[in-house]
Order: sequence, then C-alpha cells, then structure tokens
Amino acid sequence: MTTASGVRSMHGGNVAIIGAAETTGLGVLPEMSMVQLHADAARNALADAGLTAADIDGIATAGPLPMEVSHYLGITPTWVDGTMVGGCSFMLHVRHAAAAIAAGAATTVLVTHGESGRSRVGMNRYGAMSTETVSGQFEVPYGAMMPYATFTVPALRFLHERGMSRTDLAEVVVAQREWALDSPRAFRRKPVTTDEVLNDSPPVAYPFTRDMCCVVTDGGGALVVTSAERAADLPASGRAVYLLGSGEAAESPVMSQMTDVDTFGGFRSSSAEAFRSAGLTHRDIDHLMCYDAFAHVPLYMLEDLGFVGRGESGAFVASGATRPGGSLPMNTNGGGLSYTHTGMYSMFAMQEAIRQLRGEAAAQVPDIRTSFVQGVGMYFAASASLIFGKEAP
Amino acid sequence: MAGGASPTPTPDTRPFWEAAIQERLAIQQCQSCSRYYFYPRDHCPYCSSGDVEWRDVSGSGRLLSYVINYRPLPPADPKEPQVIALVQLDEGPRMLTNIVGSPADPDSLPLDAPVTACFEPRGDWKLPVFRLAGAR
Repeated sequence: MTTASGVRSMHGGNVAIIGAAETTGLGVLPEMSMVQLHADAARNALADAGLTAADIDGIATAGPLPMEVSHYLGITPTWVDGTMVGGCSFMLHVRHAAAAIAAGAATTVLVTHGESGRSRVGMNRYGAMSTETVSGQFEVPYGAMMPYATFTVPALRFLHERGMSRTDLAEVVVAQREWALDSPRAFRRKPVTTDEVLNDSPPVAYPFTRDMCCVVTDGGGALVVTSAERAADLPASGRAVYLLGSGEAAESPVMSQMTDVDTFGGFRSSSAEAFRSAGLTHRDIDHLMCYDAFAHVPLYMLEDLGFVGRGESGAFVASGATRPGGSLPMNTNGGGLSYTHTGMYSMFAMQEAIRQLRGEAAAQVPDIRTSFVQGVGMYFAASASLIFGKEAP
Repeated sequence: MAGGASPTPTPDTRPFWEAAIQERLAIQQCQSCSRYYFYPRDHCPYCSSGDVEWRDVSGSGRLLSYVINYRPLPPADPKEPQVIALVQLDEGPRMLTNIVGSPADPDSLPLDAPVTACFEPRGDWKLPVFRLAGAR
C-alpha cells in the first residue's frame, strides 16, 4: 500500500491505539496468575478505550496461546496472531494488527501481555529448557541458560571495540534511575551513582552488576488497536495515538550466531524500515524507548538505530542527553532496569511511549509529538521498531 | 569447571558429538562455496548447497568476548564461577563455550587471546571447551 507521502509501508493505512493500560498492580503480585494478569490489563485497556470485550474481533498475544486469553475474556476472535519471537513480540503484534486493520481483515484488535515473572503463578511450560535444540546442545551445556549469563556475553566485545568501559554501562543505569525517581510504580526508585553501580551492587555476571540487570517483576499491559477512522468516533478519540511507521527483523535463535557480535543487524534493518515507512528522520523523534533488559542493550540500540555514531553511545548517555531535560529523553519510565521487567518487556515500553504522547506520564516530558520504540526479542535474535505520533499522519 | 547440562545429540548434530567423544573438533565445510559453518546443518547456510562435508579443524581460535557468571544454575556447581565465552575459530565460525584452566578473573582473560580446544566429560558425551594457549 502507498501512503499519502508516497512511501510504501506494511500497514498502509492510518491506524490508532485507542486503548492502553497496564495491570492495576505492578511488581510483586503473588495473588494473581499469569492469565489473570492478561485479563486485568485487557479490561483496563478496554475501559480506557470506552469499549467492551464484545467490540473486539482480533486477539494477539505471546506467552500463552491467543485462545487462552481470548476465551478467558469471553472473546471469539476472527483474527488471531500468536507471533512469538521473545520480548518484542507485542510490538510485532501491533505492526501485524495494523496491517490486518488496513487490509480489512480485522476492525479492533486487543494485544495483551501478562507474566508472573517474579512469583511464577500460573505460568505455562512451553519454553521449558531442552537439551536437544540448537540452544540446548550448543549453549545450555556451557551454562548459557539464564538471560544474565547469555544476553550479556557480547557486551565486553562491544565495549572493547569502542574503547569504552564498564563505566559506560553504569551511566545507563544512573540516567534511567533518574527518570524512575518520579515514577511511583517503578520497582527501583533509590538514586544511584556510577560508583555505587560499579562497586556496591553485587556482581552477577562480570562485567554486569545487579543494577545493570533488569528487575524481575509480575505485571502486564494491553493495547486496543483500530483504524484512525473508527478511533475518531470513539469517546476516547482525543487520546488516540497513531502508528506512523514500523519494522521487524529476525536473525539467529542463539546469541552465539548473531552475524556480528558488537552490532545487531536486526536493529539496523527494522529501525530503517520504521523510519522509511513513517517518512521521518532521527531529527523528527522527540522521545525514545529502548528495551533494556541489560545496560548494554540501549548502547547497541542508540548506535544501531543511528541516533549516534559508532562508539558515541557511552559519551552520549554520560552527557545527560537521555536524562530529564536532555535532548533525547530515553526510557522515561526508568526502563527494564528500574521500572519493571516481567520477562517480556516491550509492552511496557509501548505503554510509556503512549503515556508520554497523551501527556499522562509520571515523568512527563513537555511537547512530545513523536516517540520511537525499539524492541529486542530473545538475545539479539529479533527486533521490532515502532514510531508512534500524537497526530494522525 | 564443574559439570553442567549434557547435550542430547540429534541426527543432524550427531557427527559433531561423536567426534568430540574422540577429542576431535569437527565442523562442516561447504564443498560448493568452501566456507566452514557452525552449528551443524545438512546444508550450507551461506549458499544453500547440500554438498557439505565434516572436517576435523585445528581447535585454535581467539577469545572474542565473555562473562564471568557468578550465579551458575544446577547441574553446574552454583559456587564456582563459570567463564561463558565466545570463541572465533581460525576457520571462521564462532562458538559459545567455556574457558577452563585460567582463573575466573578479567585480568587473566584478555580479549583476543589465542585459545585451543580441549574436552571435558559431560554425561555420556564430551564437551568441547577452550583454554588460553599456554595455560595448563
């Protein structure tokens, strides 16, 4: 499809987020099962949109099967997306839903996330550790099991190639913690210094200390996606946020086989497609969310997305550019490192982008008109990029 | 390095593990484009040719990156830090592995250090791991 600007894009039509909400509680929720978290977030998002379950004809989720969520909510969908590529899956769902809506295959799609990542209540075992898969044979026997001992492995090379150091990782933590101070729902809210992050926080997997690793929480979020035309007729139309561009990419299922160790091709290609399909450039972006399971990931993203040049990410963060008052406010909820991280964080990155565009964020940045959300799936395995805007394209 | 999970070979990977049990590092080379590749597959990921052969390789490479994991999970010993590393083989492919025979200390593990393969019993199989050239 071709947009008014003559740019080809996958979704090819004007699509809006008309409902967006997180779970009522966030953090430690042992009283709720995984599917309850999905349903709580879904009901909050529907209420936010002024809609009910009866208005939904499309469902998308990852973690559980889509029908585990739709049936629980009493929805009988005629459009289903169970794309599962790791933590950025929900961003692919938004992109796919937009294409389906533009093509007339669905009218109103509910995208849900819920995970009892900390309390482990009602979690399924679809992803149980195998010793027979590629990962099971060639990574798991070496101890590359938990994210902190796998996703982190390329980081030393990234730093080494650029003459950077562990201090650059610590700067990411400090910058994002500053945003979390204003966020009552953030899991980590105590101010920190680089010295504390490097020397007082317990070592987890050198070069990473605990503060350089995401929090582990329970929670969820949901989005309601529909056409801009339909959104205009809904009570919540004044708070609609629009999808301006999007991209997705996938590479290796195992971290060790990513094409390059210190740059991720998935970030480069999906972000380029998001910019291209939106018809926007870096200078048009007011706000950035970078999925930060660990402190090195935003550094990769800043460079691979082209917001800074190769080797400039550390100095850029250390300069304060991503902090409150900086030129490129990044991870303004505190990110996975401080706000929340249930296991599949991208839903929360999108929620914060939408809050900022609606002017409803805890640490609100003035005059936000565009937000770029960059996600990662598994350990540099998949990538998703979305650009949201306050006004319809 | 104290134990860990044992691999379960599959039809496409069995020659790798059968070589390892004889303390040989064997990977595949495409006979059409000549490139070596890893992990095992019955076709070349670069040119899609099905004409591929198993080759014993030198076991020499360099240390590309690593973490020192202070929180190993069972069946590994939770008290013994693991060096989980990326090694680039001289033939080109990259493998995830462990570095053994050196202290689990950044000063003992300089990036780009030459490494050589050795083998560690693991269940019914042997696991290729690496040591710094010169380390015992």
